Amino acid sequence: MSFYRMHIIIPMDEEAVEHGAIEVKRELSELIEKNNLKDEVKVIETGPVGVVGKGVVMIIYPERLYYYNVKPSDVKEIFEEHIVKGRIVKRIEHDYGEKRAGKIVDYKTVGLTREQKRVVLDRCSIINTLDMEEVIAKGGYSAIEKIISEKIKPEEIIEEVKNSGLRGRGGAGFPTGLKWDFTRRTPGDEKYLICNADEGEPGTYKDRLILEGDPHKLIEAMIIGGYAVGAEKGYIYIRGEYQLSIERTQKAIDDARKFNLLGKNILESGINFDIEIKKGAGAYVCGEETALIESLEGKRGQPRKKPPYPVNKGLWEKPTAVNNVETLANIPAIIINGANWFKNLGAVNSSGTKVFTILGHVEYPGLVEVEMGTPLKDIINIYGGGVKKGKKFKAALIGGAAGVFLSEKLLNVSMDYESLKENKAVLGSGAILVMDEDTSIPEILFSILKFFAHESCGQCSPCRIGTRHLVDLIYKIKNGEGTEKDLDMMLKIVETMKETSFCPLGQSVIMPVKSALTNFKEDFIKILNKKNNEEVLNA
Amino acid sequence: METESLHIPDNDHYRELKKFIEEHRNTPGPLIQVLHKAQGIFGYLPKEVQFFVARELNIPFSKVYGVVTFYNFFRTEPIGKHVINVCLGTACHVKGAKDVIDAIKKELNIEVGSTTEDKFFTLSTARCFGACGLAPVMVIDEEVYGRLSPQKVINIIKDFKKAETN
Ligand SMILES: Cc1cc2nc3c(=O)[nH]c(=O)nc-3n(C[C@H](O)[C@H](O)[C@H](O)COP(=O)(O)O)c2cc1C
Ligand code: FES
Repeated sequence: MSFYRMHIIIPMDEEAVEHGAIEVKRELSELIEKNNLKDEVKVIETGPVGVVGKGVVMIIYPERLYYYNVKPSDVKEIFEEHIVKGRIVKRIEHDYGEKRAGKIVDYKTVGLTREQKRVVLDRCSIINTLDMEEVIAKGGYSAIEKIISEKIKPEEIIEEVKNSGLRGRGGAGFPTGLKWDFTRRTPGDEKYLICNADEGEPGTYKDRLILEGDPHKLIEAMIIGGYAVGAEKGYIYIRGEYQLSIERTQKAIDDARKFNLLGKNILESGINFDIEIKKGAGAYVCGEETALIESLEGKRGQPRKKPPYPVNKGLWEKPTAVNNVETLANIPAIIINGANWFKNLGAVNSSGTKVFTILGHVEYPGLVEVEMGTPLKDIINIYGGGVKKGKKFKAALIGGAAGVFLSEKLLNVSMDYESLKENKAVLGSGAILVMDEDTSIPEILFSILKFFAHESCGQCSPCRIGTRHLVDLIYKIKNGEGTEKDLDMMLKIVETMKETSFCPLGQSVIMPVKSALTNFKEDFIKILNKKNNEEVLNA
Repeated sequence: METESLHIPDNDHYRELKKFIEEHRNTPGPLIQVLHKAQGIFGYLPKEVQFFVARELNIPFSKVYGVVTFYNFFRTEPIGKHVINVCLGTACHVKGAKDVIDAIKKELNIEVGSTTEDKFFTLSTARCFGACGLAPVMVIDEEVYGRLSPQKVINIIKDFKKAETN
């Protein structure tokens, strides 16, 4: 291995490719080759790094300088000036001391390039995560090696995960170690481990970043999970829209098989485990674990009655552990660094880090990984760069469509399971959608309720009919034809749905509706009876 | 449905599908993967294809139909040469997805879910592509277009038409 004085990272995602990332990389590699710098400067293609809306991004190490919106025609100048002479090309937008409110701010303190606490995404944007040798050099599969060489037993792994306090990142926050323990203890010779990569919650794409940015981490975690619960077969259920995720993950699986990290007798350890990708077909409810299992079995994705829980009767009626992508991606680090290390990260009863997507009206929409318990305010202002164009903050929708509208009063809330629960909110998928002062909450609620009406699986009437009624009511209200009674009716419907719906989809509609109607009541009151009033005035 | 009356042609498309089914017959729960393949071959899933799948997998037609109609991904109507899928997810909604879709409707003179007369474009909507950082977003065929504005989509559509005539 040669020693490189400079690493240049070019993240490849759909946006980058659309803006010519492939040409940029080709051009740069050619220049490096032509000038005999191949042993000094290394160009690395990697998955998405969490910066969006900036076209082709080029990150130069060791300075850790980000160039944005790089065009193929810029490459020659960057090469000659920066790479050869070490001078920053000021003409091109870059993150190196940025002017904000008249002050120069270091690039490490604001925006998505600021230092983050990365456990799950530690390898994304640093190496080519599809190159097996680089992955291994950066600690990939070392947790497996540790398990094999130290002969760690499945029970010990489960104990470690339990002690780490890791909880599910797919929405419900169930302790992962406990789930594995239940699966392990249920008698049966055939068991399954399923990775839930359906990621259907609007405004969420954290799992996608892991699938595209570091699929080997997920594979390693699944091998450990399979060994712990006693499963020899794992499935990754990826939503059909994530074509690139499917391709990259499949490539990683194929490579892992070549290195005998998947398949029979992994690294001569006697452990058997293999993974198959199943492609979803576009239904939000299939993210719910029992619906996902139905779908895996090739059926309509309608949730099953619980109990029995999947840990007892899951795929093909066999004991099955279903885990979210991000949850699993924490496992290798826990095995390597130990439960205590993990427990020291984050907040009380919410160990570790969390990946958040910051979207809507912020300066830097994108994705960050920070410790659990980071205040919402910091995520929005520091990482997201604050509300766009200096407008005033109005609301944040936390946790996707089944999430909660928070008002300015709650901006100080800590982003962890317990603090959010105290404030009648949920962490959900980790989506943070920021809305500025010009946003109409009734409009957004209308969009969310249409989503639920469309995605209700139709199996139970409270959800099927309730969502339909809610759409009609909110439509009426947003058009200025609603009355006080309609607002009461909406609350009554969601409360009934919470009590009587068959699955958590119908039960969760209360979250956005009630929080919108409570925290932004004036927005609704203001437009009630508007049509009638106007008609009277015009008469 | 009168199964006998359906004529299933013996052509390359059906042979390709049959081969796929043979290979996957013994994997458990193959129906959805088979339908993905079938839609890839035929572009959509007309009754004949659904029936063919049911017959080859030896399951009731009603089961195939039930699955096809449950998932957004499967289509039972033919589509235009290019499919425009506009995201109406929350993040895109907040960033003005509605103006985008209105502009497309006006430009193509069609409603959501239908196809232009010249069978060139089909307009459809989706809920979140996981590209929310680029909101508002649409996907044409497999390509993602982000940070759209009404003017930008009209230009994109015009580019497609231009590319066709050249
Ligand atoms: C309507 C609905 C949609 C869901 N969508 C997802 C999803 O897209 N991804 C996910 O990991 N979990 C989703 N869940 C949660 C799963 O049911 C399950 O709790 C999770 O996969 C368990 O993994 P975890 O313990 O690692 O979080 C959804 C739940 C419901 C009710
Ligand atoms: S909400 Fe449109 S891509 Fe996510």
